[in-house]
Amino acid sequence: MSTTVSLVDDEELLRRFLAGDREAFRGLVERYQSALVRIARRYVNSPALAEDVAQDTWMAVLRGAARFEGRSSFKTWLFHIVANRARTTGVRERRQIPIDPTDPVAASRFDSEGMWKEPPPSFADLLADTQDRARAVGSLRAAIAELPEAPRSVVTLRDVEGLSTREVSALLGMSEANVRVVLHRARAQLRDELERVVKGGE
Amino acid sequence: MARVRDINCRHAVELMGDYLEDRLSRRDRRRLEHHLAACDACATYLEEMRATIELTGRVEPDDLRPEVLDALLAVYDDFWRDRGERTAGP
Repeated sequence: MSTTVSLVDDEELLRRFLAGDREAFRGLVERYQSALVRIARRYVNSPALAEDVAQDTWMAVLRGAARFEGRSSFKTWLFHIVANRARTTGVRERRQIPIDPTDPVAASRFDSEGMWKEPPPSFADLLADTQDRARAVGSLRAAIAELPEAPRSVVTLRDVEGLSTREVSALLGMSEANVRVVLHRARAQLRDELERVVKGGE
Repeated sequence: MARVRDINCRHAVELMGDYLEDRLSRRDRRRLEHHLAACDACATYLEEMRATIELTGRVEPDDLRPEVLDALLAVYDDFWRDRGERTAGP
């Protein structure tokens, strides 16, 4: 992706590809394909089928783009298309995510009184150094990939893609309360990953 | 790390989830903020959760496999070719 395309906002890329600019289309695909597959994967039972749904979604975008009225953002529009298509394609029962909201976050860090056994170490040094921050982002990326499907989808859509919990809830077919429970636990695990970076740092 | 009012550190960390999403009840928010004001460890943890969220926002979405990109660009090319044929028709 050229830097010019990567810095342009979605709606401008949409205008450009409607005018026949292939690079603009490519820019949007690079930006959103992985999120589309991730959303589709919640409803269909194979990665290959999820990619098919994502491809159908791009075809729907091509056919419908001229009618896109900008009442929502392009991203919201796109994600609703994929969720709807995946739902109608969805051959599997929507899996209920076994989440126990009473399952405590970071349980092992507390004593029987609920006090910290050891206070969390400061991240200040990590955050102050540009190179360390870049390394931390790389570790987070790897840690996200290791998460089970539900927390990975939730944290990717909420914190990487920047959707609201309400949007994530609608797209993934989970209650908002459940999204928040899953999100908090996923974030706590990612925070633990940063702690490992801090402790393992030179 | 002292016990503040009626929540302990474990409970405070639990409440941080909805706190960060701005969904805590007024009462729980007060309890948490009261706890945070007196507990450096929990205040640190909350800051680290915020830092985690901020850094996660810098993660780039997964790379696209070249064959997937090619397939999608082919969809794009077909779309324009079909359109061209239709508009060029009688």
